[in-house]
Amino acid sequence: MRFLLERDTWQEVFDSLGKNKLRTGLTMVGVWWGILLLIALLGSARGIENSFNRLFGSFATNSVFVWAQSTSKPFKGFQEGRQVQLKISDAKKIEENVEGIEFVVPRNQSQALVVRNFLSGTFGVNGDYPLLDQVQKKKMIRGRFINQTDIDDNRKVVVISEEIYKQLFEKDAEMIGEYIQLNGMNFKVVGMFETGNANMGPSSDMHIPFTTFQQIYNMGENIGWMMITGKPEYNISQIETDAKLILRNLNKVHPKDNRAFGSFNLGKEFAKITGFLSGMQFLTWFVGIATLFAGVFAIGNILLITVKERTKEIGVRRALGATPFEIKRQVILEAIFITLIAGLLGIITGGSLLILVDKLAGQGPDAVLVNASVPISVVLVSLVILVVLGTLIGLIPAFKATSVKPIDALREE
Amino acid sequence: MLKISKLHKSYPIGDSSLHVLKGIDLSVESGEMVAIMGSSGSGKSTLLNIIGMLDEADEGEYILDNVPIKNLTEKKAAIYRNKFLGFIFQSFNLINYKNALDNVALPLYYQGLKRKERIEKGLFHLEKVGLKDWAEHLPNELSGGQKQRVAIARALAANPKLLLADEPTGALDTKTSHEIMDFIQTLNDEGKTILMVTHEEDIASMCKRIVRLKDGVIMEDAFVEQVRASQYV
Repeated sequence: MRFLLERDTWQEVFDSLGKNKLRTGLTMVGVWWGILLLIALLGSARGIENSFNRLFGSFATNSVFVWAQSTSKPFKGFQEGRQVQLKISDAKKIEENVEGIEFVVPRNQSQALVVRNFLSGTFGVNGDYPLLDQVQKKKMIRGRFINQTDIDDNRKVVVISEEIYKQLFEKDAEMIGEYIQLNGMNFKVVGMFETGNANMGPSSDMHIPFTTFQQIYNMGENIGWMMITGKPEYNISQIETDAKLILRNLNKVHPKDNRAFGSFNLGKEFAKITGFLSGMQFLTWFVGIATLFAGVFAIGNILLITVKERTKEIGVRRALGATPFEIKRQVILEAIFITLIAGLLGIITGGSLLILVDKLAGQGPDAVLVNASVPISVVLVSLVILVVLGTLIGLIPAFKATSVKPIDALREE
Repeated sequence: MLKISKLHKSYPIGDSSLHVLKGIDLSVESGEMVAIMGSSGSGKSTLLNIIGMLDEADEGEYILDNVPIKNLTEKKAAIYRNKFLGFIFQSFNLINYKNALDNVALPLYYQGLKRKERIEKGLFHLEKVGLKDWAEHLPNELSGGQKQRVAIARALAANPKLLLADEPTGALDTKTSHEIMDFIQTLNDEGKTILMVTHEEDIASMCKRIVRLKDGVIMEDAFVEQVRASQYV
């Protein structure tokens, strides 16, 4: 391996590659493009993944939303088509009886006309427990979320979204401690949250204490729907099935009635997206590596032509005492050198492209690509792949170079 | 120095084969200057190639400097060529993207010499052929005579025991030919053994011995009165 450190070895490589700079350059384009594609695509795929993660970051992804609908089968004397109503006790029973439950959060929602001074609008209003903040993290800009005292005292307090603030308040006006009217009742604003990127379920413009909601809308024990979160080690689909079975049992619904309770399995949806992302990553690798292969083959092809053109020169070198091994080594070194330089250029351009993408599309809360980047390990792996491919492809012209006997090589015109 | 006996060589041509060398016996002593002559197809180039270990004989014995040359691997042949032989070609065969000095130093590179030593030796031999000032020039910046002188310097660089020249003046005009021959004669005067293939009588007469080949056998092998090229220069 000592020859790799010798100046002459590289002088030989530069001499023979520099002989036809245009061709060498064009040869490198293939590998350059392959690596560029690999880096840029992998980086973008990661950027998309990051942005999805940010989107779903506020949700406990191991969750399922359950609501009641009408029955599709007659059961225990009830006709089919009966409207089923979820109760708070249902939520408690699920929490007690289903294995692997982390939280069960009962929720109510409605629409309310909201008025402040001369400004008004209709917004979704939710009755919620403080627990909601655990399942669906609220990014509070000001103030706080609903707390237990609010629940215990049925306080008329409201947590509003940034959107409502923009519609009902003057610019830069203080909102904490201000009052807004919900359906004619005064509510004190205690907090403001950032409108999330992803909205699962009904729009959440405002949150008021669950108990207050019960009171002002005469809900009694009824609840609109519930969010069930499983512990990370439990399968959310199983929890969904178990919970629905208990609900059917409690509400006198046929055990095989699939319509009575609707649900949205966030865990499953999330798994789908994750699957899609890994599919995309696989595709990226596939396309990148395939392009790389094509590029490397182009290099092999060109080197084959170069070797053919240099038949006589190689003959002269062998007449002067070059052993076949020395000739082969030189050709392989040229192959590796071109691949590696092209690859490095590709990595540099790919990296710069990702920096550019980050500047253009990676900033701000709505960014499509977040921190589009490639881990250094991928870069190293691709460099190793390049060296291996370069060596392998260099073997073909290398053997071609020494397959001609020196006497025939010298006769070549 | 060099001893060849009962050398045979044939080339396959389609289904039949062409018998090029039909039992050559030749021995050359150290310090000789031998011209191998013959019309084309007489086998003179084949003989030179076998002596140069670029080709291998089918039959017969070849001993160079007391080393029997047979069953050579490519690697061994390369090492022997590097150690024993210097080649001068009709078409010079300089590497066109290397300057004169690098061309001259190339055999030394394959000998594994350090760069500094190579440059030193290369310059020494370039000076010997009178082209020291042209060391940095590429072959296409040199005239034919200069190119051949660079090639001779290259052949000398590895300090070979035997110089093999294949029509060294074939691509040169008469005046330049005489200059080159004068130079080769000087080398011979200094003790180098030289073997050259030519079909020009006047060039052959500048050697000390002429071996005439015809149809693969030696017709005539005679020592001659050497004509000095210096009188024409």
